[in-house]
Amino acid sequence: MSSAVEAEQQPPTEPEQPPQQDRWGTALREIASGSMFNGFLAVLLAVLVGSVLIAVTDENVRSAAGYIGARPGDFFNATWDAIWGAYTALFRGSVYNTDAENFQLGVKPLTETAKFAAPLIVSGLGVGVAFRAGLFNIGGRGQMLIAGAAAGWVGYQFDLPAVLHLTLALVAAMVGGALWAGIAGFLKARTGAHEVIVTIMLNYVGFYLVFFALSKQSLLQAPNSFNPKSLPMKDSAVLPKLLGDQYNLHLGFIIALVAVAFAWWLLDRSALGFRIRAVGINPEAARANGIDVGRTYVVVMLIAGALIGLAGANQVLGTVTGGVTVDLDAGIGFDAITVALLGRSRPLGILAAGILFGALKAGGFAMQASQNIPVDIVLVVQSLIVLFLAAPPLIRTLFRLPAKEAK
Amino acid sequence: MSTTTGEASIPIHETPLAGVTTVIEKKTPVLLSTLALLLLAIVAIWPKSGDTTYRLAVPSDFAQLPTVTVPSTLTAWIVVVVCGLCAAWSVVLYRRHRATPLWLVVVYSVAWVFGFLTWAATGGTIPLVGLLSGSLALAVPLVFGALGGVLGERSGVVNIAIEGQLLAGAFAAAMVASVLDSAWAGLVAASAAGVLVALILGLFAITYFVDQVIVGVVLNVLVLGLTSFMFTQVLAPNAASLNAPPHFKAIPIPVLGDIPLVGPIFFRQTVIVYLLYVAVALVTWSLYRSKWGLRVRAVGEHPKAADTVGIKVNRTRYRTILIAGAVAGVGGAFYTLVSVPQFNREMTGGAGYIALAAVIFGKWDPIRATLAALLFGFASNLQGVLSVIGSPVPSQFMLMLPYVVTIFAVAGLVGRSRPPAADGIPYRKG
Repeated sequence: MSSAVEAEQQPPTEPEQPPQQDRWGTALREIASGSMFNGFLAVLLAVLVGSVLIAVTDENVRSAAGYIGARPGDFFNATWDAIWGAYTALFRGSVYNTDAENFQLGVKPLTETAKFAAPLIVSGLGVGVAFRAGLFNIGGRGQMLIAGAAAGWVGYQFDLPAVLHLTLALVAAMVGGALWAGIAGFLKARTGAHEVIVTIMLNYVGFYLVFFALSKQSLLQAPNSFNPKSLPMKDSAVLPKLLGDQYNLHLGFIIALVAVAFAWWLLDRSALGFRIRAVGINPEAARANGIDVGRTYVVVMLIAGALIGLAGANQVLGTVTGGVTVDLDAGIGFDAITVALLGRSRPLGILAAGILFGALKAGGFAMQASQNIPVDIVLVVQSLIVLFLAAPPLIRTLFRLPAKEAK
Repeated sequence: MSTTTGEASIPIHETPLAGVTTVIEKKTPVLLSTLALLLLAIVAIWPKSGDTTYRLAVPSDFAQLPTVTVPSTLTAWIVVVVCGLCAAWSVVLYRRHRATPLWLVVVYSVAWVFGFLTWAATGGTIPLVGLLSGSLALAVPLVFGALGGVLGERSGVVNIAIEGQLLAGAFAAAMVASVLDSAWAGLVAASAAGVLVALILGLFAITYFVDQVIVGVVLNVLVLGLTSFMFTQVLAPNAASLNAPPHFKAIPIPVLGDIPLVGPIFFRQTVIVYLLYVAVALVTWSLYRSKWGLRVRAVGEHPKAADTVGIKVNRTRYRTILIAGAVAGVGGAFYTLVSVPQFNREMTGGAGYIALAAVIFGKWDPIRATLAALLFGFASNLQGVLSVIGSPVPSQFMLMLPYVVTIFAVAGLVGRSRPPAADGIPYRKG
């Protein structure tokens, strides 16, 4: 599978082509077959499918379809209303609320998008960094749960000064996530156990472990409670709000931006990043050149787990501070995979993809509230984007674009 | 844990080449000894006094077996001794460079579980028939999913999307069975839904060379999103007409169903369970004994060689995963046409991943994968029974078991799990 991952990770731009070729002549062709354009078409196609789904399941559309022969206009109106209503609600929920009384309220959706984007970005980085070493980290859920439980425990257990407490909780999350992901890296390095299988299984082991801890009074469960839930976080461990209490946006977003910068530096500027990429492109060649492949696997999984741990901390210490629960990951662990794939495992790409999916999430909830369209449509659109994006030839076939020049 | 023989990586139906020395692994004796010591520790550290009762019959039985009551401490100690002897014998065999026979492992496992159960359920009654038939019920979707997984991976296509196929099958079965008021129609629809998911998997993984794990993971998300969306938007508001599927009734098989203990567990089941028996036999036979199966395995082990002798690699893979999808889809139907009244969002709850675990733990062999799925079904049902009796083992740890043993299996601690050589690698001609 590693060869396929490489193919996936290397957008087939043509770096090998001699630079003296007529650049401007091929520019148009490049754009039509380039990955940016493909990405745009993938999003377009996914949104199109989403629209069909919304229209087909809409009550008004279906009743209008019943007499489409008599009054076809009604059918098209209803279809248009359903789709237009859905996407304007999506926009109002994710970018700017045009119905708001003033600018402060109007811009709130944008801060919601940033809030939803933060955990997607850091966890996407976690998947992406592992990807660059040729490792497929599907264990986001388990890593977030363990990290969230660790952060939560620090968050409610200790009485510490504000900055110190928060820092300690964040470190606990990173350590928790790193250890959980590190198991997969260690087993891969020592026994060759496939990280896909190990991380999938660790998701469930982590889930039941946290579930167990949350149902034991002596461990994480809140005293005198029967619910599998911990005590709420102390104020000193909560990620502070960035723009005042009016907005939900918290420090997690800044942490995500810092993480992007760190991941960029790590992958593109550091010696370790060079080793990671070398192992990802060809482990055998890397080994032949003196790189300790097993060690790199362990290190990269530790880093990946720490990054995903930050996503767990983001949830427990920022978004839902009422206490640790078993569903703290809120699907982010799996979303992270789609974010990393859409971002092509590049830190800046992941930033963009995280913001896009954050917007879809924020807008999706608004769409559910105002248009009664289940938020699950976001999952559909998200996975379709990644599917279409993963197969550029499919996009080219569907849109009848020129094929790439044969090498 | 009955899969720890020395030549484990060789499919059981193929005889090893003459003259090839088989390497005897010491994992089996080590594992048996460790588990025996674990049981000894449990029984010694937390002694219990009292009796454990096993109810062997159900009231509807033709011939009533008596209930059996055993003194729990004495029984547990006897089991510890038996397990210890088995482990010792295994060590002796290893010293003589001989593999531990499978029957010894089976005897050991049954004894161990019996001893543990007797100890854990001290003072309570264990309805053995309920425990085992419940295990079978929980295992049915797992077995179908695992069979689909084995087929796909034997042809070289990793199928992470078993979860998606089960969920799609459950959804399609509920909806079509409700609309057409026929459980059989639901079964066919479930199978078709599984095929559809497999078709998408094939399109991306085989035709467009997209990484199979990526496609699988994304497909699971897609199916989850799609079925949840459709459930909230369409099924839930029209539950009476769209989500009230007729169910398959249990059909007791004459004679076989009257056998005490075995009858009520295996032969008073629904059509889907009987289909399961057929499917296991058919998949095993065709994979190892038919020309088709030989081709599938050739394509999964060495596609280039297969291509050279004229086997159409990608066509074979397509055909195999479509069949696998149909099988897995039937597993999904079991949820909505037998075990649960109606479809609900995320209702498979990770069963597809347990099925995947069974594929790996069963070393890509249909029989072993089936046994693994049954074991996992037993573990999760045992958890339910024990929590009713009030067991000292937290239920979460019982539920964790399949995943933990799978990690051990892939890490090579319990035998060696070796996938088909070309598993997961798209085939490009030329």
